Amino acid sequence: MADTFLDSTELVLNMGPQHPSTHGVLRVIVKLDGERVIGTECVIGYLHRGVEKIGENRTYQQFAPYVDRMDYVASVSNGLGYCLAVEKLIGVEVPPRAQAVRVILTELNRIASHLVWLGTHALDVGALTPLFYTFREREDILNIYEKYCGARLTTHAFRIGGLQYELYEGFEDEVRAVCDTILPKIDEYEQLLTGNRIWVGRLKGVGILTAEECKQYGVTGPMLRAAGVKWDLRKAQPYSGYEQYDFEIPVGQNGDTFDRYIVRLEEMRQSVRIIRQAVDRIPDGPIMGKVPKVIKPPVGEVYVSIEAPKGELGYYIVSDGSTQPYRVRVRPPSFVNLQALDKMARGALVADLVAIIGTIDIVLGEVDR
Amino acid sequence: MPEEQKADGKPVQRAAPPGGKPASPAAPKAPAAMAVTPWESDITGMLKQQFGDQISEFSTYLGQNFLIARPDAVVPILEFLKLEADFDYLVDVTAVDYPKQPERFELVYILYSFARNERIRVKTRIPEGYKPQSATSVHLTANWLEREVFDMFGIEFAGHPDLRRILMPEEWEGYPLRKDHAITEQDTRWVKENLGIESGQ
Repeated sequence: MADTFLDSTELVLNMGPQHPSTHGVLRVIVKLDGERVIGTECVIGYLHRGVEKIGENRTYQQFAPYVDRMDYVASVSNGLGYCLAVEKLIGVEVPPRAQAVRVILTELNRIASHLVWLGTHALDVGALTPLFYTFREREDILNIYEKYCGARLTTHAFRIGGLQYELYEGFEDEVRAVCDTILPKIDEYEQLLTGNRIWVGRLKGVGILTAEECKQYGVTGPMLRAAGVKWDLRKAQPYSGYEQYDFEIPVGQNGDTFDRYIVRLEEMRQSVRIIRQAVDRIPDGPIMGKVPKVIKPPVGEVYVSIEAPKGELGYYIVSDGSTQPYRVRVRPPSFVNLQALDKMARGALVADLVAIIGTIDIVLGEVDR
Repeated sequence: MPEEQKADGKPVQRAAPPGGKPASPAAPKAPAAMAVTPWESDITGMLKQQFGDQISEFSTYLGQNFLIARPDAVVPILEFLKLEADFDYLVDVTAVDYPKQPERFELVYILYSFARNERIRVKTRIPEGYKPQSATSVHLTANWLEREVFDMFGIEFAGHPDLRRILMPEEWEGYPLRKDHAITEQDTRWVKENLGIESGQ
């Protein structure tokens, strides 16, 4: 009976690219021994649009809307990173009022992004209900974006040098109202999940990545913090005036899926803290710095990175002195973090793979660019 | 939809911004150099002592430090910085294409140190066909990053454990981020065989 198929222990399973729990068009080829994962391979690129090439063929201003389409659930963060990079390249100072508004919108975006993550992650693991709640709260944030700049998802909220639009009447009150509603809602999510035996059983000890492994794989963001590394670019290398705000960097201990959940929930609370401080003291003044009509940076290069909801999002821009970037490189957190999937999944059960993909918080638009 | 229809294979001309004046003349006089200032610190001292003339330049531009090294010295430098100066996080690996220059590609490695809260860029220049050493032995994260550089620029890394295309299809021909690859250019054979259409545009 030695050569019958019943003896073969290894099974190759194809997950995706159209699979509801892969958060887009991720294809994972999984090698299984019974229910154990003995190896994975990610096949990516289905959403590759050549964003970096497009950047070389557009002027600096023209390229700004494109970056929103990478991590589309955190488009404001993408835009902030790009604007900061170009501003550094041309040496433009952003007025304090614009900086405060940028912080508010970016932190709202962090909450929105984490809400999408929480809802879909819980859905993957089998908890259907939180999805409806998180998307309900996210709606309030998207409504603010819609009122502010007319778009809900790919907002293009910022411009190089500051902001295009002045705040609308009642902006501050609406932002405060969102802050007031979201905090008790986060407690509600915790009531639903944190003490839930199934949730804890599915998440605790799954997909462990130690601090050392995170550094080796270049993993940043909540995943790194869940492993106990207190590192956040908003604190380490503050930008847009983050040094003025009082907030904590939540960290975990075990570096597992459960700790990442706790860290992200706490990050939402910290974002609320930042927003409340910022909205109480939006300075008066102009919203746009002195930016020339035609942006022609001197020959040079710059690397600027920000703490996006998913990790370190960097832009490396090379200028040859013309109106278009000579090279725009995007350092995407999702792409780099996804590389650690194989490390986390080996030895896990096939059902845990779904939890592990969810915990990375990938957006395929950013992985593939 | 495509705004710049160009014959395949032609070098990319910098397009004028639509509706505006034509962009500055494309034919450059000698291109201006980057206005850098020299960079001196304890790290440059250590590196000079260890690597001598393998590193040709230590510079700062806009407050950001970088060094330019010979290609075969890059991986030893990354390892030295990791072990001796705590630069334990390889942020990014990428390349820039200068087709008119004899050493066509510039490879850029961005490093960060958690202990020092400091960034360094390690840069090197390589001609076409040169196979730089892979950094995967020092930083595991280099695996996918180098695959992307290979995919987009056709730079092969020696000693890479799994050098395949990562974003483009595996049988695709052409390296999209090279400057002589026009933005509308594509592997028409692949598109026809796999999608059954004449053009993906």
